[in-house]
Amino acid sequence: MIRRHLIAFGCVLFLGTAWAIDPEPPFENSALEASYQALINEVRCLVCQNQTIADSNAPLASDLRREIRQMMGEGATRGEVTQFLVARYGDFVLYRPPFQSTTWALWGAPVFLLAIGAVVFVRILRARMSQSLEESEPLDEIAS
Amino acid sequence: MWRYLMPIGIFVVLAAFFVRGLSLNPRYVPSPLLGKDAPEFELPRLKDPGASLGSQDIEGKVALLNVWATWCVGCRQEHGLLVELAEANDVPIYGLNWKDDRGAALGWLSSLGDPYVASAFDELGEVAIDWGVYGAPETFLLARDGTVLYKHIAPLTREVWASEFLPRIVEQCGSLPCPLVESE
Repeated sequence: MIRRHLIAFGCVLFLGTAWAIDPEPPFENSALEASYQALINEVRCLVCQNQTIADSNAPLASDLRREIRQMMGEGATRGEVTQFLVARYGDFVLYRPPFQSTTWALWGAPVFLLAIGAVVFVRILRARMSQSLEESEPLDEIAS
Repeated sequence: MWRYLMPIGIFVVLAAFFVRGLSLNPRYVPSPLLGKDAPEFELPRLKDPGASLGSQDIEGKVALLNVWATWCVGCRQEHGLLVELAEANDVPIYGLNWKDDRGAALGWLSSLGDPYVASAFDELGEVAIDWGVYGAPETFLLARDGTVLYKHIAPLTREVWASEFLPRIVEQCGSLPCPLVESE
C-alpha cells in the first residue's frame, strides 16, 4: 500500500516534464507525432549546446521545432529534415553525427577503449591464474 | 617497467586531449555555408515594411550581412564599430534584424546611429534559420559571386576586422572602397 503511494508520489514529482513544450497541439496522426518527437530529441540546440531542441526553451529551439513541424506536416521524411538542418548548421546539430573522416575518433573511441579494457582484463586474469597455481604465500604472512 | 610507464603514458595522452579540448571554443560552430552560395531570402525592410530587401539587392556586391537585434548585448557592443565602418564605406553593410520588435529596432537605430544600407526584418527567424544563425551578433562577408566568404560569430572587433575581413575584402575588390561593378 505504502509502495503504491510512493510510486504515485514519484510520478507526480515528474509531471512537469510531461508538459508539452510546443504551443501547437500534437499531430493528430500518432505515428507522425512519434517520429516528430523522436527527431526533435536528437537535434541539438545550438544556443544551449547540451540540450536537445525538445528540451530547450531557447527562442532558436522553438523556431527550429516550428520549422521541423511544418516540414513534417507537409510530408518531409526524417532524412529530408536532417539534411535541411545539416545544410544550415552542420553535423554538430545532430546528436548522432554520421560516421566520416571527422568523426571516426568519436565513434571509434568506445570500441578502442573497450578493446584496451578487454586486453588488460585478460592479462590480469592470466596472471592471477598462474599465481594461484604456484600457491602464493598466505595473506597473513604478507601482512605481518 | 611497463607497470610504471603505462600510467604515465595514459596520463600524457589524456593531458594532450584536455589541453586541446579545453583550448577550443565550444561556442564556435563552423558554418557549412562557407564557400557556398548565400541562401536566397526576401523580407520586408525594417524601416519601410512595404518594400522588400532580398538577395537581389545584395547580388553582385562584396557586402556584409550583419545579424542583429535590440535584445542582443553583443550587438550593442559592436554597434559603434559598425557605424565607423559604414562611414569608411569600404563595403556596404546590410542588416538582418532577427526576432526583434520593430519599434525597439527603429528606436535603436535612431539613437545609436544606422550603419546599414538597409535592414531586413526577420520577425519569425525563418531567414535566420536558412543562414544557420544561432547567436547574434553574426557577421557574414559575401563575395561578388554571391558566395559566403567568411562568417564571424560574436561581436565584431577591430582586430577581427583587420585580420579576417579586410584581407578577404581587399582580395575580392582589389582596391578600397570596393568598386561597385566589377571592372571588365
